[in-house]
Amino acid sequence: MILEAQGIKKYYGGFCALDGVSIQVREGEFVSIIGPNGAGKTTLINVLTGFLKPDAGWVKFEGRDIAGKSPEELTHLGIARSFQLVHIFPKLTVLQTLQVAVLSRLRRGNKWLSSLHSDKEVLEEALQVAELFGLSPFLSNKSAALPQGAKKLLDVASAFALRPKIILLDEPTSGVSTADKNRIMRTMVEAARQMGIKTILQVEHDMDIVFSFSDRIVAVHQGKIIADGAPKDLERNEDVICTVVGKKECFQTFQTILEARRAKEQ
Amino acid sequence: MMSDPSQTELIGRASLPRRNWPVVILMGGFLVGGGIWPFIGKEYHVYLTLSFFAYSVALLGLNLLFNYTGLLSFGHALFLGIGGYTAAFLTYKYSIMSMELILAVTLALSGVVALAIGFICVRYIKIYFAMLTLAFGMLLHSFLMKTYDLTGGDEGMHVFQPKLLGFEFATMDKMAFFCGPYYYYSLTVFLIALVLMWRIVHSHFGICLQAIRDNPDKAEYLGISIRSYRLRAFVISGCFAGVGGALMAPPTGHVDPAFVFWTHSGDMVFMVLLGGFSNFFGPMMGSLVFIFLRDIVASATEYWRFIFGAILAVIVIMAPEGLMGMVVNGWHRLRSLLMRGGSP
Repeated sequence: MILEAQGIKKYYGGFCALDGVSIQVREGEFVSIIGPNGAGKTTLINVLTGFLKPDAGWVKFEGRDIAGKSPEELTHLGIARSFQLVHIFPKLTVLQTLQVAVLSRLRRGNKWLSSLHSDKEVLEEALQVAELFGLSPFLSNKSAALPQGAKKLLDVASAFALRPKIILLDEPTSGVSTADKNRIMRTMVEAARQMGIKTILQVEHDMDIVFSFSDRIVAVHQGKIIADGAPKDLERNEDVICTVVGKKECFQTFQTILEARRAKEQ
Repeated sequence: MMSDPSQTELIGRASLPRRNWPVVILMGGFLVGGGIWPFIGKEYHVYLTLSFFAYSVALLGLNLLFNYTGLLSFGHALFLGIGGYTAAFLTYKYSIMSMELILAVTLALSGVVALAIGFICVRYIKIYFAMLTLAFGMLLHSFLMKTYDLTGGDEGMHVFQPKLLGFEFATMDKMAFFCGPYYYYSLTVFLIALVLMWRIVHSHFGICLQAIRDNPDKAEYLGISIRSYRLRAFVISGCFAGVGGALMAPPTGHVDPAFVFWTHSGDMVFMVLLGGFSNFFGPMMGSLVFIFLRDIVASATEYWRFIFGAILAVIVIMAPEGLMGMVVNGWHRLRSLLMRGGSP
């Protein structure tokens, strides 16, 4: 088990966002967390990555308790994440952003008199990541000036550049046009394969993407896990799908979309 | 892994040393212009240039915090004070005249004080950081005012003419010393500081500081310890400001608590804004204009503070990116005009 959380509780004032959630992620898995708005998905990711401290329960990474560890320590242990809203460095270029991630992984941030520009190893790795994510045409562009889809990719690419053991993605395709969503997901999965990142845990709203890419799906509702299983086991579960999508009539639409995708794949 | 020819080409393109002509011209200008200035400038103006060198070294430090780390210090005159009072103590109280020793002790003291103050201050950001640094500056001011026996209180302390590289220059009159050997000494320290800071902001450490400035949360999730980096930037910044203070004191011949008063810190921030903080050379341009304009206006009218303030306000309003921003924009416009003119 690479990541394991047990009995996680998290309160915002009197509101219980997570109510005794337990989750396990095995090495090599692609796990998606689904649920309606306010279900506690992002809170769960935030607790797993040390952004929020749980009020009860524990989180273990490779068998080690990681409660109270700073995000920086978690990163160096091998956990990386991306945020729901795009997190970039607006005044840095695409290349510089990726260089920051690479030099941090190589622990070269303390070099305060050596030129970053002439560090070939950092440069080569940053360029390789840019190539994998299709960001090469934007290398010298300021991050703030990128199109929204490219900003999202840069945010995720910089987390990938850390070559973590597990990566947690909070809605990696949010704010991206429907047409771009599949392309971005395919790019990420291919990049993960090429970079040797085996384990991915993501929060995602787009059911088509969730059922297309995941090995396992965890459904969360009102701070509790209501289902945990393979996509083929969950796709026929009307209760879960209706709870996640929010409307009873959406179940039929969902089935139609799945059938259309399967027909396309065949 | 990198055998793909298109990728090899990319690496070549990205690692190609880019010739940044404006930077080359400016660096060369400081070296050549600074070198010949005592031969072509009036003695008084050469003397004024000493303030420019001293402030520029201090502002390089201040801007490492402001522009590159995103922290605005309103108490950096504290470090000027450490440099100035170190020069006073060593030359006046202990008759230690070596300028190199003054600079070395200043560096050590500024570093230790910056480490202690920074340890507290870098836990805060924005206005809280600014107010904390201001408070520490005022603490030193009160200490200097109240400890009359030690520091001379509000009367301050004398700073005697230091030895440079072991040479006393005892036979030279004061003005000849400061416009000759001391001028070139200051110019050298300024150029060393300039190159050193250029390397710092273009280093691995420098890019991490800029990442922290832009988005601390993201930087932390990329494995950068933001508090530790901010603290190191604060210490480096304090050391530069301290050296600036040590250079400033001997030509003045005297230091007093006004040296560390918050208005002096305000002057430093104003110089940075006037020149343009987002450009590496901006603060230097700001200090040059501030020092010489103040002198011109002060010699023209007794209401100089009013006129000087009005002129500076107009400059800041007309050039929100600072004077250096204006120069850079002008350069870009000229270059695009020339390129358009040269194309068929």
